[in-house]
Amino acid sequence: MTLMKSLMGAAAGLALCAGAAMAEPAVIYDLGGKFDKSFNEAAFAGAQRWADETGESFRDIELQSEAQREQALRRFAESGSNPIVMVGFAFADALGQVAADYPDTKFVIIDMVVEAPNVRSVVFNEHEGSYLVGMMAAMASESDTVGFIGGMDIPLIRKFACGYAQGVKAAKPDATVISNMTGTTPAAWNDPVKGSELTKAQISQGADVVYAAAGGTGVGVLQTAADEDILSIGVDSNQNYLHPGKVLTSMTKRVDNAVYDALTDGADMETGFEVMGLANGGVGYAMDEYNKDLVSADMQSAIDEAAEKIASGEIEVHDYMSDDSCPALSF
Amino acid sequence: MDFLTIIQILDSTIRLATPLLLACLAGLFSERAGIFDIGLEGKMLAAAFFSAATAAITGSVWLGLLAGTLASMVLSALHGLASITFRGNQLISGVAINFLAAGMTVLIAQDWFQQGGRTPSLIGQGRFNAVTLPFADALADVPVLGPIYSELISGHSILVYLAFLCVPATWWLLFRTRFGLRLRAVGENPAAVDTAGISVIGMRYAAVAICGLLCGIAGAYLATALQAGFVKDMTAGRGYIALAALIFAKWRPWHAMFSCLLFGFLQAVALRYQNIHIGDFVIPVQAMDALPYILTVVILAGFVGKAIPPRAGGEPYVKER
Repeated sequence: MTLMKSLMGAAAGLALCAGAAMAEPAVIYDLGGKFDKSFNEAAFAGAQRWADETGESFRDIELQSEAQREQALRRFAESGSNPIVMVGFAFADALGQVAADYPDTKFVIIDMVVEAPNVRSVVFNEHEGSYLVGMMAAMASESDTVGFIGGMDIPLIRKFACGYAQGVKAAKPDATVISNMTGTTPAAWNDPVKGSELTKAQISQGADVVYAAAGGTGVGVLQTAADEDILSIGVDSNQNYLHPGKVLTSMTKRVDNAVYDALTDGADMETGFEVMGLANGGVGYAMDEYNKDLVSADMQSAIDEAAEKIASGEIEVHDYMSDDSCPALSF
Repeated sequence: MDFLTIIQILDSTIRLATPLLLACLAGLFSERAGIFDIGLEGKMLAAAFFSAATAAITGSVWLGLLAGTLASMVLSALHGLASITFRGNQLISGVAINFLAAGMTVLIAQDWFQQGGRTPSLIGQGRFNAVTLPFADALADVPVLGPIYSELISGHSILVYLAFLCVPATWWLLFRTRFGLRLRAVGENPAAVDTAGISVIGMRYAAVAICGLLCGIAGAYLATALQAGFVKDMTAGRGYIALAALIFAKWRPWHAMFSCLLFGFLQAVALRYQNIHIGDFVIPVQAMDALPYILTVVILAGFVGKAIPPRAGGEPYVKER
């Protein structure tokens, strides 16, 4: 009965929204889903923070299939939503086609660059944040073997892996990095069972710290790492709390800030290209009460030093996406 | 590749093959009785959610298993109602169940737990833990056989052993009992069964119920034994691979076990080695992932003997008047 009520309530709510919403900003999440405890959830958190602070509301949608991308974009644009924020690299093609049709609407795409006068492209220097957690992994590892588990095998995820491997090598030049990708289809973002098996396979090859950049699949990686009593590293959002004392740190990617800024700037935002890196707090690593015992003072000072050097440009972390190759890791 | 690595890959094979095997046997019962079931995926998913949710709320994994199985059987009953009683199209009903499960699990999970379509992580008695078989530790040092026993055979959750026991049980039930004979007959020639005074409808509902039960165990295994909680779409196409395995096995229980182990093995190898190098030749990981489907197509095309489905499969039974 209660279920039926909430269903009816939801339907009624939808019907109301459809009529009333005008000029509200919109957020479109990628296939991982609004609550993936990671990338999309960070975007939602940023939008929610904006809504709480301003008292205004926003519209959002979770995609169920690739085919909905352009459709969702056009529907929001037609209904007057402005700006429209897209969370994910995969929107690039759809946006490229749609942006020109709605010159008065501002679009924001995260993780990809789309050249159009009414588009703001926000990209993150994930390789810089991954470099830092790679250093931490190498320093925390006792076997000198660390693992990386990616989601779908795309250049963006290789960028994570490459930055991580460089960080590992910087801290311990002889350390081994084992890198695996979960799959080559979007299903790879939501397959915790495969994540678990990959983790077990890496553990049997000697890894004692694993870094998961794999959306929902990462839940399985972190779980197995905790079960098998090794350390793991979370990604995008702060995931330290998932397994207190077992998650070494999380590579944070402040998608929430990017979305918050976009909604705050509103329809009058400046468009163009925006890079969020270590220097402007776009990426970083998470420290809180759940992992403070895992990170020694030595580790902390080494990381802080490296972070400063990267921010100032003294250390340059190679970006996989700049030339599709990685000096520290072969795929 | 050393001995220990082989053991680890085989160990992984068993874990990955278990949900396939349970779902495959579930499909076997249903399809042998003439009801095609592409809703295996959806039933597993529903079972995975309800078992994890119940285990999270009550703290008892056994109650979770019960709830998961019940949920799966309810969906089975729905499939039965649509395709047996109302003589609807079995494929469409199966697809509907898949969609229903994919949407409802996330919706209900969000309503109950507010964790974005997940259940909270299960701890302690909320999960099926590994069972250590007797003498596993004592025998671990025996060369060759020791690791095989202690690593490979021992140390799985109880549901794994249950799944493998289901294989001889299925064989016995289908080929050595009166019930099994009737069930197979219903899938081949329901009119003959009806003439003998046996209810075709009843037999088909029984088969669909067993299918629901086995799918329920498969889903519970995913969420409460392999993982510690439910995640959206966590079955990730295993229901379809199980169907492929069923065709590969030509609807026979022992062959189903071997085909599921083969498919599990392919997955385990693909997970362990991203790209396999044979001399200068590289087999990409995608090829390994696609192999189960390719093998099934090869079988269906009739290269390795003929795969003939139960003759009355997909046909609703209409009594002649």
